[in-house]
Amino acid sequence: MNTSARQHSYLEATARERLEHLLDPGSLDEWLPPQARVVSPHLAQLDAPVAFDDGVVVGRATIGARAVFVAAQEGGFMGGAVGEVHGAKLVGMLQRAVLERPHAVLLLLETGGVRLHEANAGLIAVSEVMRAVLAVRAANIPVIVLIGGANGCFGGMGIVARCANMILMSEEGRLAMSGPEVIETANGVEEFDSRDRALVWRTSGGKHRYLLGDCQHIVAESIEAFRAAAEDAIDACAAQPAMLTLAGLEADEVLLRQRLSRFGAMHDPLAIWAALGVADPGGLPMLEADAFLAAAAGHRAGVMA
Amino acid sequence: MSAAVTWQTVAAALFPQGHTIREVENFLCGTAVVAGTTVAVIGTSGHTPIGVEIALAQASAVLETVRQHPHRPILILVDTQGQRLRHRDEMLGINSYMAHLGKCIELARQLGHPVLALVYDQALSGGFITSGLMADACFALPAATIRVMGLPAMARITKVPEERLVELAASSPVFAPGPENYLRMGGIAAIWDADLADALARALAHVDPVDRRSASGLARGGRNLAQPVIDAVRSAHAATP
Repeated sequence: MNTSARQHSYLEATARERLEHLLDPGSLDEWLPPQARVVSPHLAQLDAPVAFDDGVVVGRATIGARAVFVAAQEGGFMGGAVGEVHGAKLVGMLQRAVLERPHAVLLLLETGGVRLHEANAGLIAVSEVMRAVLAVRAANIPVIVLIGGANGCFGGMGIVARCANMILMSEEGRLAMSGPEVIETANGVEEFDSRDRALVWRTSGGKHRYLLGDCQHIVAESIEAFRAAAEDAIDACAAQPAMLTLAGLEADEVLLRQRLSRFGAMHDPLAIWAALGVADPGGLPMLEADAFLAAAAGHRAGVMA
Repeated sequence: MSAAVTWQTVAAALFPQGHTIREVENFLCGTAVVAGTTVAVIGTSGHTPIGVEIALAQASAVLETVRQHPHRPILILVDTQGQRLRHRDEMLGINSYMAHLGKCIELARQLGHPVLALVYDQALSGGFITSGLMADACFALPAATIRVMGLPAMARITKVPEERLVELAASSPVFAPGPENYLRMGGIAAIWDADLADALARALAHVDPVDRRSASGLARGGRNLAQPVIDAVRSAHAATP
C-alpha cells in the first residue's frame, strides 16, 4: 500500500504521473516507450506535432503485488485521441494479455475517441481495440476502465469503455459518445449548448453515469483513491467470470429497455435523478464523493455487467 | 449499382430465392436462404442515425438469433449516417446502447455464428464501429461511402480549415470516403461489384472469426504501421525484467 498521506489529483496529472502513483513503485515495464520514437505517420500532412509515444503508455506492472497489464492515454496530446500507432499499441498490449494472462488489464482512458487527423485509420484502430478488449474478456481476464481526466472518455472509446467488465469514475470524469461541440455543430445550440458547463456535466459526468448504472463505482478525485478502487475492482472481478454470456447480455438488455421506458421522455438529467428518488436533485452537483454516495444510496437505476 | 440504391434492390440481388426482411422505422430484420443455409438478416436503412432505440432493436434481434437458432449465420446490412447527435441520446447513455449491440455481435461470434456485414450505402463512425466493423468480415458496394465524421464538424474539432479537409478528402487515403481506401487499410474485406448472391455464398463458406484487419492493411499497403507496432508490443522485453 502507498503509505504516503499526500494525495495526487488524478484530474490534473499526466498519463505517466497517474501510472507512477497508481502502480507499485518501479514496477512499470513499458513497451515501445518514447525512446523508441514510433510516431504517427499521418500528422505531418496536417503540419500537426507528433509525440514520441503517440499519446499512450502501454506495459506490464504490479498493483498491490497483483500482475496487471496497463494502458494510459495522455489527454495532453491531441486529447488522447486514437490514431494508427496509438491504437496498435493498445491492441498489441491486449493481444499479449491473452497470451501472458495478467490478473487484469487496466485502461486509464482519457480520449476524444477516433483521432480525426487520422480519420479512417483511426476509426479502424478503435474498432480493433474494441474487438481486442472483448477477446481479453473471452480469455477470462477482466478489463477495468478508469475515467477521471479532463478530456473525459468520448466517441468510439466511450463505446470501448462500456465493453469492459468494470468502470471506475471520478465525479469529474465524463463518459459519453458525441461531445457537446459535435452535437451543437450538427443540430444547433438549442439542441445542446456546449458552453453550458453545468448541463454538459449533468449529461456526461460521473454522478449521472453512476446513478444510471453506466459505471460501477464513483471514486474520489485522487490517484490514491483510484488505486484503492482499482485494487478492490481486480479482486472483485477475480471472483466471477470475465467473459460475455447470454444471460449477462439479456440482463443488460432488460436494464437498457427499462431506462428507455422510464427516462426516454425526459429532457434533463435533473428529471431523471428526481424520478430515481434522489431527495435534492438540484443539490447533487455540489456534493463531495462521500456525501454523494450517501444521497445516491438506494436510488441507482441498476448496474450492468 | 445505380445511384438509387435501396435495401430492397440490394436484398433482391443478395437473395434471388426470396427473403422475409421487413423494414420498421429504418430497422431491417428477417431471414433468407443462401446456398441452402438460412441466414439472419439485421440492419438499417435510409441513412438512419443510430439512436438508442435502433441500437437496442438490432441488439435484441442478434440475441434472439443466438437464443433460437444456434450457429445460424448473421448478415448485417449497413446504411447509417452515424450515431444520432442529440442531447437526449447522450443523456440516456447512447454509448452503452451501442456497446451492447457490439457485445451481442461478439457473443454471437463466440458462440459459433458466422457474422458478415455489407455496407450497401453509407457507413459512418459510431454506427459503423458497432455494426459492420464488428463482423468477421465487412464488405461494401462500390458506390458506398464510409467516413468518420462530416467535414464541418471535423474542421471545428481539429481546427484544420474545412477547405484543407476538402482537399485532403480528395487526395489522402485516410480522409477519402470511398470503400477502396477502407479495403487497402484492411477495414473491409472486399468490394462486391458483381453477382451479390454468389459473393455472399462464397463469403459464408470462408468465414474467419480472427481479427486480421491490421495484417490485411499491411499486406495491401494501406496501413503500414499498425501490424508492425502490434508485433513490436507483443514481443517487447519478452523476459521478465
